[in-house]
Amino acid sequence: MSIDMAQFHQVFFEESFEGLDIMESGLLNMDPGTVDDEEINSIFRAAHSIKGGSGTFGFNDISRFTHIMETLLDEMRDGRRPVTPEAVDALLRSVDVLRDMLAATSDDGEVDEEKVQEQKSELEQILNGKPGEVATDVGAADAAAQPVGGVEVRPIGWHIVFRPLPHMLRTGNDPLRIIRELAELGDLKSEGDISALPALSSYEPEDSYLSWDLHLHGDVEKQAIDDIFDWVEDDCELIIMPLLPEGEPEVAMVSAAAVPAASEPEAPVVQAAPPPVERRSKEDRRSSKDRRTNNRRQSGGSSGGGSIRVEISKIDALINMVGELVITQSMLSMLGEDFEMDRLERLNDGLSQLERHTRELQESVMQVRMLPISFTFSRFPRLVHDLSSKLGKKIELKMAGENTEVDKTVIEKIGDPLVHLVRNSLDHGIEMPEERLAAGKPETGTINLSASHKGGNIVIEIRDDGQGLNRDKIEEKALEKGIIDEDHNLSDQQIYELIFAAGFSTADVVSDVSGRGVGMDVVRKNINELGGGIEIESDPGKGSAIIIRLPLTLAILDGQTVTVADETYIVPLVSIIESIQVKADQINRVAGKGETFKLRDEFLPILRLHELFGIENPNASSLEEGLLVVVEGDGRHCGLFVDDLLGQQQVVIKSLEANYQRVDGISGATILGDGSVALILDIPGRLRLAAETGADSAAKQTA
Amino acid sequence: MASILAVDDSASMRQMVSFTLKGAGFDVVEAVDGVDALSKAKGQSFSLVITDVNMPNMDGISLIKELRGLPAFKFTPLLMLTTESGNDKKQQGKMAGATGWIVKPFNPDQLLATVKKVLG
Repeated sequence: MSIDMAQFHQVFFEESFEGLDIMESGLLNMDPGTVDDEEINSIFRAAHSIKGGSGTFGFNDISRFTHIMETLLDEMRDGRRPVTPEAVDALLRSVDVLRDMLAATSDDGEVDEEKVQEQKSELEQILNGKPGEVATDVGAADAAAQPVGGVEVRPIGWHIVFRPLPHMLRTGNDPLRIIRELAELGDLKSEGDISALPALSSYEPEDSYLSWDLHLHGDVEKQAIDDIFDWVEDDCELIIMPLLPEGEPEVAMVSAAAVPAASEPEAPVVQAAPPPVERRSKEDRRSSKDRRTNNRRQSGGSSGGGSIRVEISKIDALINMVGELVITQSMLSMLGEDFEMDRLERLNDGLSQLERHTRELQESVMQVRMLPISFTFSRFPRLVHDLSSKLGKKIELKMAGENTEVDKTVIEKIGDPLVHLVRNSLDHGIEMPEERLAAGKPETGTINLSASHKGGNIVIEIRDDGQGLNRDKIEEKALEKGIIDEDHNLSDQQIYELIFAAGFSTADVVSDVSGRGVGMDVVRKNINELGGGIEIESDPGKGSAIIIRLPLTLAILDGQTVTVADETYIVPLVSIIESIQVKADQINRVAGKGETFKLRDEFLPILRLHELFGIENPNASSLEEGLLVVVEGDGRHCGLFVDDLLGQQQVVIKSLEANYQRVDGISGATILGDGSVALILDIPGRLRLAAETGADSAAKQTA
Repeated sequence: MASILAVDDSASMRQMVSFTLKGAGFDVVEAVDGVDALSKAKGQSFSLVITDVNMPNMDGISLIKELRGLPAFKFTPLLMLTTESGNDKKQQGKMAGATGWIVKPFNPDQLLATVKKVLG
């Protein structure tokens, strides 16, 4: 039976990459000097699985490389080797090399052999205290795998005395199975020996009392016999002697009587064995293993397409949707079987249901593309760890909002720009520990990396508590590079934004950390390509922040559906504080300046949605009839006046820019379950607009 | 039809073992670690158990010890998947009551040959 091992490769690679992530985060968490059993065990297991899998699936280089890591980890785990920062760093680098090797194998790419060898010898150096000596290598052991058997004359068969110890059956080994296997090797004559059977009164039904005197004729390698007895060598007394051709006297005939009685199970029988009779030795056993190892088949690497991990709930939603679709389809085909005109209405219902389900299915499939941004964020702890030790800085990375879902395209494209920005913060932003102490700041700098849905955008912030941007230095550099003229009239903020200009770098020494000044303009370009924007904030001496806003296009949003007359709008749930019904005495009207209402000692402006969107006949025209949805955006509050609240649902955001044009105060649109289009309100934008038109100036006075 | 319990925390190995054995006509139940395997073994009898050694929650050696203590598994062949460097693991396994071992890396043919030899 031949099985195509390639079919398991994809799973193996995915599992191995996951294992590497486990190893990496485990190593990053490891405190030198102490060993957290759980932590190091999981690192070890991950390495062990990769080694086992790669061996099984024929990736021998990966297996050998991982073997060295595993050995090192094993020694750390057993406490035989201290956990030093150097060893941890070496292991981290090995994780990288291993990741490259796996990626290259999975994509049929080239492995950087030099790097692998370099890393290998570093590990070996740590392991042995000297380089160049592979701890244990399958290849090295190969040479030792000389054929066994010291018999010059080729035997015509074997004489085997096999006496199971009483407990053998309880190991799950069946003597008959072993005899059957021997019979497959050649012509077997067996003689049972029941002399050890006790009297019935002392008979233990679960013990084995029989022994066998076996003559196996045929051209059989001793190794084959050894293999059969491999599992039971400690559970039986065993003598294997060659049977020599006629004329060559059998060297020694060891009778069953010479073997100690079964009642003394622990006693070995070595003394009964004459020289040519081979007892199995550890060496034999090992060589047989090595031989087996060499039988590993080489299988060509197969590369599958990239895969993404999808939450079960999304898959369930898909399956649900398909279920609905099947029901609708069968309903329709029943209708169609003998159709009469009086069923036209039901047909129409069915068809619109089909349409809706198809669309929902389509949207659910799109949701599958949404991934938590942690896919991108997860690389940063390592980056910060490596760079901060390289730069001699003390830096703590804090991350928030890793579960914010963004489109797969965003995940793919935002990674490099973020790396660049975080590196900048590390390199330029955070000061050296002594400088920080001198400036009265904690020795350890902090970088905050966060993602959130805010006002119709995905906002990613990189905020550090470093020295902030050096305005004068930027200005000087920009002048030097001819980006600005002497007589410029730029504000501080405009100066800061010069760092996004092409060919700009303020590093005194160009380091390999933050590159050669090809960065920030590329960063901005990448983000613009995603339809987003980048802002910079700086507070000299206190820190700086880079704020990236990406449009929600394709993103999923938790929304509250509200109605005004026949129209439905979506208010992002994150913007909603509460929904209330106001009483007449809470409302304040300021002549010509709009209206406000009082909520717990605060006066909030009221925005009437029907007025904003020019809807003629709202169901509720006086404030007491409808509802006020209290919303918040960019620190502003206001009450949105609507007819009614419908329900909360997740909506897939369709870009208005792509399908129509940009509309201020609206972040996008979505298609509701009934097929109608609903606009998604951009609450902060809406409030900003209202503030600009002065509609809430009254609120400013009262608040 | 003989049913086999295959225990491994690595999905690819589990799939490989399970696929190979199912292809040869065996019923295969998969378990992701010793704890999972033990609970499955208590609800159903198996003709053979194949287990990895290094696993979270409960490792293969402990699993073998536990299984061997169950009346239904007193004589059941219990095989462990070990690596070539695992001689002390083999000894530990034997002490715990393992029948034998399959040395990793192995290919499906070796696996089947071993299973068939154990199940007769």
